[in-house]
Amino acid sequence: MDRLVDLLPELLDATYETLYIVTFSLILGGLLGLLLGTLLYATRPGSLFPNRPVFAVLNVIVNFFRPIPFVILLAAVQPLARGIGIPGIGANFGVFAITIASLFAISRIVEQNLLTVRPGIIEAARAAGASRARILFRLIPREALGPLVLGYTFIVVALVDMTAIAGAVAAGGLGEFAIVYGFKQFNPWVTWAAVLVIIVIVQLVQFLGNGLARRILRR
Amino acid sequence: MTLIRLSGVTKSFPATTKGGDPVVAVDDVSLDVAAGSITGIIGYSGAGKSTVLRLVNALESPTSGAVEIDGRDITRLRERELRALRGDIGMIFQQFNLFDSRTVAGNIAYPLEIAGRPKADISARVTELLRFVGLADKARSYPEQLSGGQKQRVGIARALATDPRILLADEATSALDPDTTREVLALLRRVNAELGVTILVITHEMDVIRSLADRVVVMEAGRVIEDGSVFDVLSAPQHPATRRFVASIIDEVPAGEKLQALRARHPGRIVTFRLRDGDGSQAEVFAALASHDVRFELIHGGINDIGGRVFGHLTLSLTGEAGVVERAIVAARTHAPLIEEETRG
Repeated sequence: MDRLVDLLPELLDATYETLYIVTFSLILGGLLGLLLGTLLYATRPGSLFPNRPVFAVLNVIVNFFRPIPFVILLAAVQPLARGIGIPGIGANFGVFAITIASLFAISRIVEQNLLTVRPGIIEAARAAGASRARILFRLIPREALGPLVLGYTFIVVALVDMTAIAGAVAAGGLGEFAIVYGFKQFNPWVTWAAVLVIIVIVQLVQFLGNGLARRILRR
Repeated sequence: MTLIRLSGVTKSFPATTKGGDPVVAVDDVSLDVAAGSITGIIGYSGAGKSTVLRLVNALESPTSGAVEIDGRDITRLRERELRALRGDIGMIFQQFNLFDSRTVAGNIAYPLEIAGRPKADISARVTELLRFVGLADKARSYPEQLSGGQKQRVGIARALATDPRILLADEATSALDPDTTREVLALLRRVNAELGVTILVITHEMDVIRSLADRVVVMEAGRVIEDGSVFDVLSAPQHPATRRFVASIIDEVPAGEKLQALRARHPGRIVTFRLRDGDGSQAEVFAALASHDVRFELIHGGINDIGGRVFGHLTLSLTGEAGVVERAIVAARTHAPLIEEETRG
């Protein structure tokens, strides 16, 4: 317990690091995932810009990367990170690895949520004279916004989880704090303190996401 | 004046299974729709009527044949021109297809935004349309807060936003209860009568055709099998499929089990007279029968009114001495065609 009090500054730093990694990987992975997911949605057969080869290639890429366990991917992308000038440890490596890992999951979630827009809605917009691009970039995201917000909320929680795992290979954050100061020094108080902070972050994100989605869906 | 013309239009879709034959949804259909008319296309699901509707606003393009709107072949238009064309053709749907993320006013404004109208014009037009469909108080509601009938009225207002000359109705009342269906049909009649909009409606319900259309086109397996005024088709359907549709709303001349049941209850001679828009006089038929010593009873049939023209058939059971009954029938049939005569059972 006393040890935990001593470690408070480290806990704060770790919390900050976790938030940093989650925020930036959400921005990068979130945007890239949105792009990839929209491409998957748009090029699938029968969609707005059906393109079998493009869809097939994207589909294979996503299916290739998505099942790779994150711990393994984390190690696998280390040389790649160094190759583009990011140190193989630390918060920025965490952002790099999590962005790669999450963008494929995010793209699937985006694709699935866009698919919830009924084909009839698209037909009505087409019948009103809307262009395919306008439907894809303006109407569909708006119509699918509620489920998209819930999807992204789910993703943020998953990112916090990934951050903790990344901590195991010294990417920083609460995961590293829990392992280095708690687990390895046999101090459950310290481990649980990290867990508690993570729970608070997750609850907060879930609460905000649910609230936002409710406002969009129920109005 | 012809506003919509399909000439020898065929539309086939790629086979659903590998190596299968392409699916021919529309098979050599030719169709003229006059400006200002309400034309109904009826058929069972898979008859191709839905595809025909989508050929008119180029949501589908024909495999062969020409689709002309107001004399212009739209199959040659570029995508940009097609979008302008679609903006001038309204469409309503069975499932309404309103944008859930937009308010009622936002839904109606959508085609106007697409057309790039100024904001002030849009809001004036939306107000006008809301009043026309009787939803002035719902401008700020969301579709999920509306009943089915209200949703379809919003759909109609949205379809009319750009002042189109043509309105396409895709099973527009099939998801509604009978009362709401009547309301929506009445609104569509107003759209036609007050705004002069040409309406092309597809349905599988003959009742919708009877109460809305002036002309009916019957489709089966991608082909037009019957085409004529609603009165003509309902009063004298030619094709078996058409007869089935007509039988769904109009009592047919009794046959089969129905006739067996009537015979079992009525010992007399059963005859059916056809009355069709002046072709046959009910009063004279009854007068002729009454002047003979026969007792007659109306056991089946009825009179239908299609846009002020009447037709129907009366099935009577006649009892009396055989020779007298025979003379009564001979006298009566000079006043109305006898379309079926049953000998004493």
